[in-house]
Amino acid sequence: MSQHGTPKIATADGRVLSIEDLQVTFTTDAGEVDAVRGVSFEVAAGEVVAVVGESGSGKSVTARTVLGLLAETATARGAVVLRGNNMLALTGRQLRAVRGEDVAMVFQEPSTALNPVYTVGWQIAEGLRAHGKVSKKQARARAIEVLGRVGIPEPEKRVDYYPHQFSGGQKQRVIIAAALALNPAVIVADEPTTALDVTVQAEILELLREVRDEFNTGIVLITHNMGVVADLADRVVVMYQGKVVETAQSLELFSAPREDYTKALLEAVPHLGRNSASAGMSERSGQDKEVLVEATNLEITYPGRMGTPAFKAVDNVSLKICAGEVYGLVGESGSGKTTIGRAIAGLNRTTGGSLKVLGYEMLNFKERTFKPLRQEIGFVFQDPAASFNPQLSIGECVAEPLLVHRKVTPAQARARVDELLEAVQLPKAFADRFPHELSGGQRQRASLARSLALDPKLLIADEPTSALDVSVQAKVLELFKELQTELGFAALFISHDLAVVDMLSTWVGVLYRGKLVEEGIGSQVMSNPSHQYTQRLIASLPVPDPVEQAIRREAFLKTG
Amino acid sequence: MSTTTTSIGAKKPLADRLPIISHLRMSAGLQRGMLVAGLVLSLIFILAAALAPLIAPFDFAQITDAEGDFPTQAAPGGKFIWGTTVGGFDVFSRTLWGAQTALLVIVMAVVCSIFLGVFLGLVSGYIGGWLDRVLVVVADAIYAFPSLLLAIVMSIVISQGQSSLWGGIMAAAISITVVFIPQYFRVIRAETVRLKAEPFVESAKVVGASTWRIMFKHVFRNATRTLPLIFTLNASEALLTLAGLGFLGFGIEPTKAAEWGYDLNRALSDATSGIWWTGVFPGVAIVLTVLGLTLVGESMNDLGDPRLRMRRKKKRTSGKGAA
Repeated sequence: MSQHGTPKIATADGRVLSIEDLQVTFTTDAGEVDAVRGVSFEVAAGEVVAVVGESGSGKSVTARTVLGLLAETATARGAVVLRGNNMLALTGRQLRAVRGEDVAMVFQEPSTALNPVYTVGWQIAEGLRAHGKVSKKQARARAIEVLGRVGIPEPEKRVDYYPHQFSGGQKQRVIIAAALALNPAVIVADEPTTALDVTVQAEILELLREVRDEFNTGIVLITHNMGVVADLADRVVVMYQGKVVETAQSLELFSAPREDYTKALLEAVPHLGRNSASAGMSERSGQDKEVLVEATNLEITYPGRMGTPAFKAVDNVSLKICAGEVYGLVGESGSGKTTIGRAIAGLNRTTGGSLKVLGYEMLNFKERTFKPLRQEIGFVFQDPAASFNPQLSIGECVAEPLLVHRKVTPAQARARVDELLEAVQLPKAFADRFPHELSGGQRQRASLARSLALDPKLLIADEPTSALDVSVQAKVLELFKELQTELGFAALFISHDLAVVDMLSTWVGVLYRGKLVEEGIGSQVMSNPSHQYTQRLIASLPVPDPVEQAIRREAFLKTG
Repeated sequence: MSTTTTSIGAKKPLADRLPIISHLRMSAGLQRGMLVAGLVLSLIFILAAALAPLIAPFDFAQITDAEGDFPTQAAPGGKFIWGTTVGGFDVFSRTLWGAQTALLVIVMAVVCSIFLGVFLGLVSGYIGGWLDRVLVVVADAIYAFPSLLLAIVMSIVISQGQSSLWGGIMAAAISITVVFIPQYFRVIRAETVRLKAEPFVESAKVVGASTWRIMFKHVFRNATRTLPLIFTLNASEALLTLAGLGFLGFGIEPTKAAEWGYDLNRALSDATSGIWWTGVFPGVAIVLTVLGLTLVGESMNDLGDPRLRMRRKKKRTSGKGAA
């Protein structure tokens, strides 16, 4: 290390951060809400402590108190001792001195955590200059040094680049570089890889591991992804409803969880290669049935803005979905998977090739002629919170397709709604509730009920579980599977999560930059991928098992 | 971004869902003070308007009674508690009756503009294309006009400068409407364009709902949540425009209705000769009414935004909330 000194450690036993009986209360319209209720844990230098839990478990709030970043409406009690300073008792000036120097943060969304109008070098240097009397030159030299350390190629040149000139993964590297610039004792990483694709995620996790080993930094890793935990964490703190449920060494937690909650949580995590829908299959089933969707050399382009060329989102894709079949479409962000799903539902126009949906050629799409076919197509959206009209009750939302396509009396519609809600395992009384009164999983069930209201032949599910917690996801997937077997509709299941796709679909297509690079039976694609990209994609996926993950990581680093 | 979680609930009693009452319930501290002050001022204004025939001792155009002609420019006191004007009108009565005119104009102006503005905003925002572009250009063109100037032109066109009570009120209301339609249009259009991309609208599309159904069942109810706010803020602007018209002599004739702007105009020459009461009372009436309406509007704006809203803290326990 340069002039910024040796790693500083607070206590003799190597503890850099200890949280004792932390309680955080938010004042809201509905009164006081306890977000964190008596949380205690410690982080040693050079240790990665993962704080896991579902949304609303208080993990992010806990992490933010370490930096003294809390909303005005929050009150914190207890102690957060960072190298001898209680962060809860510091004044604004003292806090600013500690932030950066002793503790730094890596945010979830790298594209919004950097200021777009300054060069990355400037942004890294800003932190340095806020803390010490470093000259412009020294700050720049240090910025170049840390950028090099986090694996940005040609740091001397790239230091003068603006954030938009970096890719998402590189931006996250820059943020980690900025966090490292002052050589802090603790880095708080709040979902550092959630916004990134799996292949990039693997690289960022590797980088964080190097940071821990090289700089002896304590890392608090906030995540909901058990695969990431298995990959990186030394110790795991499981949180539920603002309390610590279990704290254990990573190996121990995954092999022998003590608490019921932890067991259920681990049980719910989809594991690649287990529960494959296509286990034991050797050829594509149901090909003799009616072809519902047929794409031949399909092309979808988005017109470019002034001066920029058009963007080809889907390029020369040919696929076929038969009645009763579940087709899984996987790919990273920007691969065109959602575009294909939306085109089939008539939400996007196709621009080339041919796409036949229920015999209708989408190239000559007219809303009026396509409308009768709409009752044969159901659509489940990604975000259940946004896909319901907040002003209508769940019953009205579910009845909407009936009212639009069939001439039904309110009583008939109500009877059908009750039936549908029962089918998705929701109590009938929920029909009178409003969307915001339901939890995420309940809303997604209602969304499923709505899409099935007219007994469609084809269901398009666009990342239906990616906005849900794992335990809820498991239940929704189970329900989806049951309904599919029972009602026998065909489905296009779109997801970025290979394990989820494998659980549901028998036939899987892999998209990469708009091209369909591989197609095949689910279990075969997952276990024996033929295309290079698929191999890399599967290798980079962290599995929720530290031992297995360590082996997979070695293999991935060799290929990468 | 969506703040839908704060939206109207199903099981809540009606009182909690009405705009102003629900705002009052969730207010605290200084924001509550502002809202209450605004509500009290606005309430006094509305009461004065409604009860003017009962409270006012004289008619707005009355200059004589059984005891003979009223004195002109009489100082406050005795029979004329706020004095009389140069024409012999009773200032107190005219100020009260003025509230009635003002309220009528506000209601007419806002009602006329709200329907057309909201409808055009919805259609323009949802359907888009050339229609949208044309309407936006027209709205921008109206914006570019000084609103008072436009109102003057309109009042001349509508009533040829002459006016009865209703003629005058309608002239003022319609001229204000022309200025306000673009405001409602803009707000609703922006909201519609945002909602158009929301998954719930797409889901209605996927279901096969017709354009009109989507527009009125799904978009409309979500787009109009900011209306009470614009309504209050526009009400005060309508009042100011009316007073401005009256002050410049394009308002309602004094024998047809009482109007604060006109009275202020008449009081101009009085001011230099030390007769303060003819100007101060209508002037203060305008200021307090506008202040009241604006306070209500601004408080609703702040309270509607969860990030600006202050909350009551039950207790302050030891340990500082980290800033």
